[in-house]
Amino acid sequence: MIFTDFLRRHVMMIAVALLATCGGASAQSVEDLVRQLPKGSYSDRAEIVSQIAATGDPRAANLLDALAAGELNVVEATGQIVTLSGRGDPLDAVDALTGESIGEVAKASVERIRVNNSLRRAVRTAVGQLTLMSGDANTRMTAARAMFQAGDPDNVELLDEAIAEEQNAAVLQVMEEARAVAILRSDAEPAAFAAAVDTIAARGDRQALGILQAALSSADADVTPTIEKGIADIQGRLALLDVGQNVWYGVSLGAVLLLAAIGLAITFGVMGVINMAHGEMVMLGAYTTFLVQNFIRASFPELFDWSLAFALPAAFLVTGLIGIAIERGVIRFLYGRPLETLLATWGLSLIIQQAVRTTFGASNREVGNPSWMSGSFDFYGIAITWNRFFIVIFALIVFAALLLVLKRTALGLQMRAVTQNRRMASSMGIRTPWVDAMTFGLGSGIAGLAGVALSQIDNVSPNLGQGYIIDSFMVVVFGGVGNLWGTLVGAMTLGVLNKFLEPYAGAVLAKILLLVFIILFIQKRPRGLFAQKGRAVEA
Amino acid sequence: MRGIRQTLAAAVTSGLLMSAAAAQDEPIKVGVLHSLSGTMAISETTLKDVMLMLIEEQNKKGGLLGRQLEPVVIDIASDWPLAAEKAREMYEVNGVDAVFGCWTSVCRKSVLPVFEELNGLLFYPVQYEGEESQRNVFYTGASPNQQAIPAVDYLMEEEGVERWVLAGTDYVYPQTTNKILEAYLKDKGVAAEDIMINYTPFGHSDWQTIVSDIKAFGSSGKKTAVVSTINGDANVPFYRELGNQGVAAEDIPVVAFSVGEEELAGLDTAPLVGHLAAWNYFMSVDTPENAEFIETWHAFIGDEERVTNDPMEAHYIGFNMWVAAVEKAGSTEADAVIDAIVGVEVPNLTGGTAVMLPNHHITKPVLIGEIQDDGQFDVVWETEDLVPGDAWSDFLPESAVLEADWTDPVNCGNFNTETETCGGAQAAAN
Repeated sequence: MIFTDFLRRHVMMIAVALLATCGGASAQSVEDLVRQLPKGSYSDRAEIVSQIAATGDPRAANLLDALAAGELNVVEATGQIVTLSGRGDPLDAVDALTGESIGEVAKASVERIRVNNSLRRAVRTAVGQLTLMSGDANTRMTAARAMFQAGDPDNVELLDEAIAEEQNAAVLQVMEEARAVAILRSDAEPAAFAAAVDTIAARGDRQALGILQAALSSADADVTPTIEKGIADIQGRLALLDVGQNVWYGVSLGAVLLLAAIGLAITFGVMGVINMAHGEMVMLGAYTTFLVQNFIRASFPELFDWSLAFALPAAFLVTGLIGIAIERGVIRFLYGRPLETLLATWGLSLIIQQAVRTTFGASNREVGNPSWMSGSFDFYGIAITWNRFFIVIFALIVFAALLLVLKRTALGLQMRAVTQNRRMASSMGIRTPWVDAMTFGLGSGIAGLAGVALSQIDNVSPNLGQGYIIDSFMVVVFGGVGNLWGTLVGAMTLGVLNKFLEPYAGAVLAKILLLVFIILFIQKRPRGLFAQKGRAVEA
Repeated sequence: MRGIRQTLAAAVTSGLLMSAAAAQDEPIKVGVLHSLSGTMAISETTLKDVMLMLIEEQNKKGGLLGRQLEPVVIDIASDWPLAAEKAREMYEVNGVDAVFGCWTSVCRKSVLPVFEELNGLLFYPVQYEGEESQRNVFYTGASPNQQAIPAVDYLMEEEGVERWVLAGTDYVYPQTTNKILEAYLKDKGVAAEDIMINYTPFGHSDWQTIVSDIKAFGSSGKKTAVVSTINGDANVPFYRELGNQGVAAEDIPVVAFSVGEEELAGLDTAPLVGHLAAWNYFMSVDTPENAEFIETWHAFIGDEERVTNDPMEAHYIGFNMWVAAVEKAGSTEADAVIDAIVGVEVPNLTGGTAVMLPNHHITKPVLIGEIQDDGQFDVVWETEDLVPGDAWSDFLPESAVLEADWTDPVNCGNFNTETETCGGAQAAAN
């Protein structure tokens, strides 16, 4: 096996060498090379990719991009390489190199060209080489980054050419950095080496640190101090960044906790109902998102990026109505009997879970991220993922809206009146049963909203709610029962604390330490961070 | 008085004889002991379905020993003490002859004493941490040397990986596997500072810190890979965070031992393309046996979208081995089957054959697949030969000297080759 591999590689090399000597510049045409893409081992095909790049054909970049994305297909009968579009069968085929339409082809008559990691890496480098002089600054940027990743000493000349032409400062910087990496990995003269060290040290991120550490071993004695200084600078900067990063991670975890707990802050905090089915409301909200997305995918695929906007009101209504039904059907008979409420809602949560499992199946359902919630952006060196970012914003909006409802609306006023003194409120003509139902519905509806957000970061499975119920109670009890601000501060405190513990203690121990902390805290302040004061508390 | 006793004895004997005669026509009962509710339902429900399918197919072929097979399905609800109770119920109330079940190691460990006590048969279909061999259990999933070690070899040789993150869920399978892998890597000359081990709780959903740690660990200039024994649901948010934080498979590949087609079904796989999984079977394997299996499965379940996965193949192999052993022994009686099954060969779905070894593990090919954007795996590497399952890892000093052999004369699950003594439970009957 190894021997044949060896042989194949050498035959290949000899063939390439022969072609190069005989044919000179006109080695193999791009057309011929492209036709060889579907065949052979991954390493042979990686070789073909670099040959395609070496031809410098302007059409090659798009073709290679399509290859890496797995969009290239081979028509089995003719060996033609095509990209496909359209849905169903047959599909419209376009020649991948020329872009000419070749009409419709049956699905069965084409086969997708498979790619693996090493081939993708080869494509990335090849496309980088091809597009380094492209007209579009973004393309040049991507190319320069690919060159940086590759860090191949052979690219120095190519980069020199590109740097001479480059006008855009940002792209120029990345190109310089790419060139510096290439130089650090070659045996350049000490002066160039030292300049490259400076360029990389100025970049100042973790990758730069890694590159410098690797360079340290191969460097001359006289540049060693420069490298060591660069490493020390970067490490100092990174230590500071780590703190900022942990704060952000903590805030984003806190936002998730806040979302999960805020509905419970109403049903448990305000109404005093120990609602073990709260997590299941979150889960139902997530399933509503799934259904809405499915509907949109099937009927209005162009609206997919807006699917969450439709899912929010739908989830609020669905879970809110279920909440009202639960209150009217079960909980209203159990007011003042916390143990029975706990058992009844626990039972309900099991029923809802199994019902969902029977309806949708036990496996996870796929809820897609809209494009604006995928990926991340860089904030002074901290990678902030868009989905977490929007969830933080969303959690704060929900919190503000809820506060507004409680403080500024008639329903909110009545809710507060009923919780503070039920009999007095009733005597004033407030329909307390109606207010109870509405309050419970509101709490459940908000849990549904949390479900929409959580569907973006967690599994949509029947077990979704279980994972959040303990955390939710933790936040509400820690923050102080009956106080929304307490829930906010509690969620954020626990989130940040957890994230600062995690790097040192590990995820498992961090969670245990957090629970220990809460137990101790509750010993000291049984009513949580923001305890309610006054006679209402004793009632 | 004596007369009465004799008549009674005669009546009892004839009753016994009659019931024995009746047993010839009664169906053979096959226990299916999987979680159909609770956390593990996500994985195990499919295995229950595949068992029902295999039993139905066998009945279409005329059953076994001229008798029909009858499935006895009991939900163990992801509750391990309950699993032990239900296993007992299967034998004592339902009278099953063999049980196919469990997913987690803790489930297997909980039911083990029951199978030993009642001398039952358990076919366990999931990859596990090894370090075990019991007379009454048949391990049809992979042991570490049939999954973890070849996967690490692939990354080391083909991708040139020098730095390793061993990430797992905090329980027995990942811990033991990581212990074996750590010993193996150090054996191969990997320095301690090039290995990072990380554990997370079950169902962990906030992976921000860990993914950024992995990024930091991987930016040292040496090629880095993640070996993931993260279990179940926690994988989805982990992969999502990887995708969102821009960890591409070309830079830091993740090879997973618990992520199969079924797990990917709940996931948009576009950002995951190129990450790896090591298994002994993939749905995408192109063999006539596999095509037939998938077709039967789709027809049985009535849904063309359903996927097949590795533990399903393990049940397929285990069931066929049991059938072959019963036919060979001419009886469903446990001792006869245990004697007959060692050496039994049945075809697997990847074009080879699986052999039951004396240590009650089987031979398997090892495949490395890359995740594709359609949620399937593309096989990029496979072992040339079948790998025999090793019950006791050769890379842990305390177990390197142990061997398992359930045939005469050894008949022991952990035979110490140095002291030539049997360390644990010996076959009581012998």
